[in-house]
Amino acid sequence: MEEEVMIPAWKKWFEAIGDQVAFFFKFFKNIFVGGFEWSEFVRQCFEIGYRSLMLVGITSFIMGVVLILQLRPTLVAFGAASMLPKTLSVSFIREIGPVIIAIICAGKIASSIGAELGSMKVTEQLDAMEVSGANPTQYLVVTRIIATTIMVPILSVFGDAIGLFGGFLALNIRDSISFQLYFTKVIAALDFTDFIPALVKTIFFGFAIGFVGCYKGFTSNKGTESVGIAANSAVVTASLWIFVIDAIAVQVTSLLFYK
Amino acid sequence: MEADKTKTGQKHTAADKRETVICVSGLKKSFGTKKVLKDINLDLRKGENIVILGRSGTGKSVTIQCIVGMLKPTEGSVKVFGREVSELSDEELKEMRMKIGFLFQSGALYDSMTVRENLEFPLTRVLKLTDQAEIDKKVEDALDSVGLLDAIDKLPSDLSGGMRKRAGLARTIIVNPEIMLYDEPTTGLDPITSREISDLILNIQKKLKTSSIIITHDMECARIASDRVVIMDDGKYIAEGTFDELHKSKNEIVKSYFLDIS
Repeated sequence: MEEEVMIPAWKKWFEAIGDQVAFFFKFFKNIFVGGFEWSEFVRQCFEIGYRSLMLVGITSFIMGVVLILQLRPTLVAFGAASMLPKTLSVSFIREIGPVIIAIICAGKIASSIGAELGSMKVTEQLDAMEVSGANPTQYLVVTRIIATTIMVPILSVFGDAIGLFGGFLALNIRDSISFQLYFTKVIAALDFTDFIPALVKTIFFGFAIGFVGCYKGFTSNKGTESVGIAANSAVVTASLWIFVIDAIAVQVTSLLFYK
Repeated sequence: MEADKTKTGQKHTAADKRETVICVSGLKKSFGTKKVLKDINLDLRKGENIVILGRSGTGKSVTIQCIVGMLKPTEGSVKVFGREVSELSDEELKEMRMKIGFLFQSGALYDSMTVRENLEFPLTRVLKLTDQAEIDKKVEDALDSVGLLDAIDKLPSDLSGGMRKRAGLARTIIVNPEIMLYDEPTTGLDPITSREISDLILNIQKKLKTSSIIITHDMECARIASDRVVIMDDGKYIAEGTFDELHKSKNEIVKSYFLDIS
């Protein structure tokens, strides 16, 4: 009678970490080995970027409106209503915009990549690609991770702009401020130390979203249930990574720019 | 008794003088504590079709996955074209795989691509062809040979099970492999389509001069397509011979496979 060997949880955790490190190096190696899959990369940019525009736009617009409506009573109570554009722009550009947009992207993109690759694994498409002599990492992983790394920052900038515009409309519900004055105040409140660190961290957010989605899909088990688990796990893990990266980014930015 | 013949692992008749393209000896494979393959010995000669029969879970698919390098043997040797598979570098493994066609049970078509794009994939990614006219011709010829030219621009989701298998077969043969590995090519198909697929396997062997290992439960497929049949049970080969030889076997396990064959 064969005994079932129980692997301790800590060992499984270390194995998973080891797998992820190996997957990272495999991805990195495949960026430079062989030809780059330009057509698949462009297709992924379209799928990830263009198809997320509406969702990111609507979410950012609502966030801009809600922030102004929430901030207004407090600032008015302190006689600082004129600070509304500045407060919105700094909070939105530095923190709320990048994080909220990245979370939205984790929900939409990481789950979609996890489910797609998980489904390809279940239906033996990944195996078929591998045994044909093609390189599934190069075709599926490299293109998706680079596409998310590029598209999430672009989506974030787009979302920031829409969010600030939403704030302008919300401000005009109660007060009256011209578009020119509003944006002059918004831009005047910002400098490069607000914009650049925020943009840089979205690059890491994008990488985390693509990497986690691909890893979860590629390493899913064989079985239809695994597709759902891969998608769900991709969203949860990517969202967690976004907060971890954000915490690190805030610390680094504070040390570098806000002494 | 066939089991005794199989212990030698290599019982050939007319095929004896032909070049060995796959040589498996003492192959063992375990997953954790579960021993799936216990002692597999197999020689595939050039131009030969071997059918592996066996109940589900006896390790038939694991055997061909070890041959193609998808799984690493726990013990034993797998040589393809005289090279030990486990010792090949990534690049050498890729080159070896370019000479092997693997038809998966489901067809494994890339479902985000049309049939045309599925067939173009190995041509552009593996053979690195760039001439679109040449690619188009190869795609049309491959689809024509499996009778699926009409479905060239369809998505896999628009195809029936049999059509998917044929499209998968076309994608596999488009690179002119020297060896074909079929993982249950007729499973889930009606008898008429199964017969068509079995005939296709035979035609491919004749046309492309391929050597094949066919894993199946379908006795009609085994009868049509095999030069030699091996029967697996509990991770080992228990019988080997031609279809007719095994049909006359007195071994109870072997006989159970031929119950419905008159």
